[in-house]
Amino acid sequence: MLSILRSIWYTFLHAFHKRETQGYPEKLPYLPPRYRGRIILSRDSDGNERCVACNLCAAVCPVDCIALQAANDENGRRYPEFFRINFSRCIYCGFCEEACPTYAIQLIPDFEMGEYDRQNMVYEKEHLLISGEGKYHGYNFYNVAGVDMGVKGTGKGENEEAPVDLKNLIH
Amino acid sequence: MKFVFIIAGVLISVLTIAAGLIYVERRLLALFQDRLGPNRVGPFGLLQVIADMIKIFFKEDWIPPFADKAVFVMAPGILIATILLTFAVIPFADNFIVLDSNIGLLFFLGNSSLGVYSIVLGGWASNNKYSLLGSIRASAQMLTYEVFMGLSLVGVIMMADSFSLRDIVEAQRGGWFVIPQFVGFVIFFIAGIAETHRTPFDIPEADGELVAGYHSEYSGMKFGMFFVGEYMGVTLISALIATLFFGGWLGPSFLPPAFWFFLKTAFFICMFILIRASLPRPRYDQLMELGWKVLLPLVLLNILITGGVLIYTHSL
Ligand code: SF4
Ligand code: SF4
Repeated sequence: MLSILRSIWYTFLHAFHKRETQGYPEKLPYLPPRYRGRIILSRDSDGNERCVACNLCAAVCPVDCIALQAANDENGRRYPEFFRINFSRCIYCGFCEEACPTYAIQLIPDFEMGEYDRQNMVYEKEHLLISGEGKYHGYNFYNVAGVDMGVKGTGKGENEEAPVDLKNLIH
Repeated sequence: MKFVFIIAGVLISVLTIAAGLIYVERRLLALFQDRLGPNRVGPFGLLQVIADMIKIFFKEDWIPPFADKAVFVMAPGILIATILLTFAVIPFADNFIVLDSNIGLLFFLGNSSLGVYSIVLGGWASNNKYSLLGSIRASAQMLTYEVFMGLSLVGVIMMADSFSLRDIVEAQRGGWFVIPQFVGFVIFFIAGIAETHRTPFDIPEADGELVAGYHSEYSGMKFGMFFVGEYMGVTLISALIATLFFGGWLGPSFLPPAFWFFLKTAFFICMFILIRASLPRPRYDQLMELGWKVLLPLVLLNILITGGVLIYTHSL
């Protein structure tokens, strides 16, 4: 009996508590920087596309919503000919970002993706590609990778030593 | 002419209050649950009621082919009719009463018993096992609580020496009946919640178990009538509590008597909503046990003591 009265009283006290409702369209909620929302493709510090069309993101995606086609530019550097994400299927799990070896694909804090037409949820590369580096600055995959793709000469990369001339005995 | 005005006034105010309660309840529930509630339609969401009405009027009004049509259509009407009829005997102010009957309280009890028909017939005519289960529960619950409802008022009747609600209010000039009849008040309140089958006594509806109980098959405005009927029932019980235990329209004269009556009624309506926000639904057998094993002896004891005290004070 007393516990009933007590719970009525406690419920009444809730009238003076802070509201949980956010009032969304007028008052935007705070989204932490690592919030997993709309996906972007970023560029490296030199302004080139980071994506090397390795297909890892497409392979790891649990709902198979990424489609891309690899191609090579004049230096032999791989890039995606097209890169398509179907956001009506994406579950924003962030696996693609984790799988990506080049930090190209990134999820950003933006969830306002409502569309009237389902086809508008399919984003092509020109919609995905941004001009900056996104969340990870100063990283350029070809600076740390061993191969020369027109970004740096052989042996000129970070944490890399010049190649040894095996025919030189003095060395 | 005055008579027509009074009837119109009572009808309009009761219907507006019942409709407005849809909004008030949602806002108050939100208040108790740290939310905001409907605040989009119009200022403070006040036009929500109108939006809801427009919506419910234009919903498809479907009568299931397996239902007993005539009874199915009639059931919601019975509910509204019995409740509206009861408002006739409630004194809103000293002379603002449709029918100053000398058996007003009996009229109310009779009507609320008739109201059970609406729910039983509604569930029966739906020809659906969940509806029927809801109806069976409703009839058992309401018949049980009808008993205490009547008995809990006996103390008041004895003290006021009348069945007329107007006389009962007049008899409270010396002091509200809630003080000598506190047990009666508590039991009447509990029975009132059960009678209007509001949470926590919403066992006939019990959406967790019975879909929506007796009105599972109802749609459109017929459902709307059950819905509004529930709010009218809440208003009715609150008005009765205010009249029987809290001095009705009596109050300091700086405000008009009708205002005092509305204020007290509104307070108990808010209590109904607060109780809904805080208490879970008991099991069916717990409800019956509470009724017959706790409330019935209590209410009988209350009558005995009231009677004893009255005889003692009269013999002095
Ligand atoms: S976030 Fe998950 S579902 Fe969406 S594209 Fe990346 S891997 Fe696929
Ligand atoms: S976005 Fe990353 S994982 Fe996906 S293909 Fe491009 S480089 Fe590979």
